Amino acid sequence: MSTLTALARAQARAEGRAQPIATVRHLHLHARPFVFIPYAMAGEANAPLAALAGTGPDDPRLLVVAQPRNRDDRFAFAAELAGLLLPYVDSFTAVAEAVAVDRGRDVRYRYVDAPQLWVPNTGGVDFIRLFGRSTRFRTTEGEYAVPAGVPLLGRWLTFFAGSAEVPGSSLLLNAVQALSSHWATGQSSAEDAQLAALMAWLRPPPGRSVLEAAAAAEDPAVTPPAGPATDPSFDNHVLAPLLSVAEPDVAELSEVLRAQLLPTWRLMWQALDLLGTLPPGARVASRWDGDRDAFSAFAQHVAEGGPPQPRRDGAVAAAARLSRLEAAATRYAVQRAFDDPLVMAEHRLAGAAFAAEVTLAKADRIDDSGKRPVLRPRIMVVTSEPVRVEPGAALTSPARPGQKATVVSVTRLDGTKTEVLLELSGGMGRKLVAEPGSVPEVGERILLTTLSEAYRPGGAFPEPDQTPWTHGGPPAPAALPE
Amino acid sequence: MTPALDRLRGGAPAKRHNARTIAALTANPGCTRRAVLDAAGIDKPKLAQHIGFPGNFGQSRFALARGNGFEAMLKADDCALLLSVLRDALGLDTPEVSYDDLGEDADDTLRARHGRTRKLLAAAAGAALIDHPLLTLDVAGRQVFLEPDLIAFQVEGRLHVVEIKSFAIVDGQADSAKVSAAAVQAAVYVLALRRLLAELGHDPSLVSHDAVLVCPRDFSLQPTAVLVDVRKQLSTLTRQLKRLASVSDVAEALPQSVSFDLSLPPADLIASLRHVEARYAPECLSACELAVHCRHEAAGTTAALGRPVRDALGGVDTVEEALALAAGARTPTEEQVEAAALLQAAARLRAEVLGS
Repeated sequence: MSTLTALARAQARAEGRAQPIATVRHLHLHARPFVFIPYAMAGEANAPLAALAGTGPDDPRLLVVAQPRNRDDRFAFAAELAGLLLPYVDSFTAVAEAVAVDRGRDVRYRYVDAPQLWVPNTGGVDFIRLFGRSTRFRTTEGEYAVPAGVPLLGRWLTFFAGSAEVPGSSLLLNAVQALSSHWATGQSSAEDAQLAALMAWLRPPPGRSVLEAAAAAEDPAVTPPAGPATDPSFDNHVLAPLLSVAEPDVAELSEVLRAQLLPTWRLMWQALDLLGTLPPGARVASRWDGDRDAFSAFAQHVAEGGPPQPRRDGAVAAAARLSRLEAAATRYAVQRAFDDPLVMAEHRLAGAAFAAEVTLAKADRIDDSGKRPVLRPRIMVVTSEPVRVEPGAALTSPARPGQKATVVSVTRLDGTKTEVLLELSGGMGRKLVAEPGSVPEVGERILLTTLSEAYRPGGAFPEPDQTPWTHGGPPAPAALPE
Repeated sequence: MTPALDRLRGGAPAKRHNARTIAALTANPGCTRRAVLDAAGIDKPKLAQHIGFPGNFGQSRFALARGNGFEAMLKADDCALLLSVLRDALGLDTPEVSYDDLGEDADDTLRARHGRTRKLLAAAAGAALIDHPLLTLDVAGRQVFLEPDLIAFQVEGRLHVVEIKSFAIVDGQADSAKVSAAAVQAAVYVLALRRLLAELGHDPSLVSHDAVLVCPRDFSLQPTAVLVDVRKQLSTLTRQLKRLASVSDVAEALPQSVSFDLSLPPADLIASLRHVEARYAPECLSACELAVHCRHEAAGTTAALGRPVRDALGGVDTVEEALALAAGARTPTEEQVEAAALLQAAARLRAEVLGS
């Protein structure tokens, strides 16, 4: 936790209301999201109990498993969920756009929009991952046949759960994480993990103080949990008597489960509303483009009859995936800072960025020491913030992300001020005279950071049949059918 | 148990420990309040209820039923199914394995069962499954019986602790919090078994530090067994039990007025609690029955916001103090100078960006 966020928490506690830790929204907010609140049966391995799902606040669909220990009832639930989710996913595969690739030498197509799932918390993401695992290998034929649509549901759920691991992806989001990356409350993150307690700080019910609302949010008798785990006393006193008979009364079961799930349903839409009050960050749309790419690629994989995702990745696939996740994490951290001065402030506090004033600028400086003369303007900046860069370091300014500023010298003026001489390259047009406005002018206040959006090539990975012995060697060839 | 600790409890009988409660002792080792209350065997859930801060530690009967069902299935027919997974996990080809069930849990048979456990382990020959053995452990200078919830598997001269848990292992992975809780509990049994063997004059290292965890595989009830190395948990536990032994000194130093006799009015109990220092952290909420009260008491401290927050605020104790330092309205003490500078820089940056 950064000192800046910790300070926001302390301020929230002292003032009795949540404090912003972001000035823009760092995630894509869909106009028609699919909200899904699952409840699982206690003790069972991710056996569904009930769920509320839907794409509008006034239209929650309740799915109930009549007898959670009965396999057929569980797959009937999966089929019903498939009946809701698959048409939603399919609705985004109607219109595609052409995207130039390979420097315009080729095009590929991606859908103009993609689905977006919302669950209350990380437990909901785990539920989706495990439910995907338990359904995607099923077959719709033979002795243990499951209803049509169930294996496909499993593959889509697995796709969404996988994308939730990618930092900056907005295909599957959880409300707790989304809210707590934009606001700090005056309680601990352990308490924030309960959606109701978090929302109590962000939007307390009218007539209640934040602390009263947070206390009420923690009492499961007043505020049912957001799932997937149920309230044990609800299990023992309400659910157990209903499920103790061979043929449970589905109407009554539906009624009690709806009552448990509805408060969270309302909170979810409030949470989405609240996130909608923030303007989107400038780089959110480009990340959503990436999500649309991922969605289009997977939709195509499914349409072409590709196999379901494996139980576990092979060594090469796992290493490649890890590398992609690391790259995404770095990119997301940099983009957040470039989009949001409050996030950049954390880097300023840590010494990875500083705000400075331009005191000298030579915009027409030409470096003719090489074969061809090149435009290399120099500027002098002065800052009172701590500067932890060495000559030779490359800096970037969020206002001119395409321009590199190389540190020529760093001079401490007195106890508080530091003078930094910078040489600029890039982002000034192709001529030997800089485009107007592309070189910072004297008196301009700019922000400089060691963070960079520059493209970083991914690692090179061998083919699976070249897996080195350190990683278990090439996988055994698939057994031939007898 | 020392008289000082007994006095704290008033007339009530000491609460029995089991592997779960002993495992919980390792959760927040810095908390004196918890150490004293646990060492004195005080019923913390009842205490919390009585002073108006009930915790929420219910267990769903569905989870209990599934756990019991899984265990019963494994133990049916003299543990036939359990043995087959153990054979796979430990790579055994022992044909004959004896099975001794030392009986169900009941208060009046504790001593007798412990005696038989000692006898069985002293014999130590051949492969054997010993169900419900009764072990003892010294906790805060008092010998406690461990609730029998384990099977010891004796093979080729070595003893393995077998833990049966009903959470699923899906594709070789399980919920890490549940696995680590199971590992600490297994470590409690390993430790108790080792102490017993040492008492009987055997080599304590005959008890393997690899506990066997038996869980349902994937989404079925088919069991699977994995070995869990509990050496790290063992050393934490040993250290914590040693620390607990000194708790009686703390208890003796408490004023005579301090008592946790549940027949006292809540105000007196709360006053008594104030004499025993707590170290509240948000993690306590899921581990200690008294946490809600301690949280109430810790309101306004930076620790109540979580350890990462407290650390990021430079270790300053209260929210008020941190904000005063950030605003420059308070002169920092010598060790706060660095933290104050950081807090002021942070406050300046927030104000600059948010324009307030």
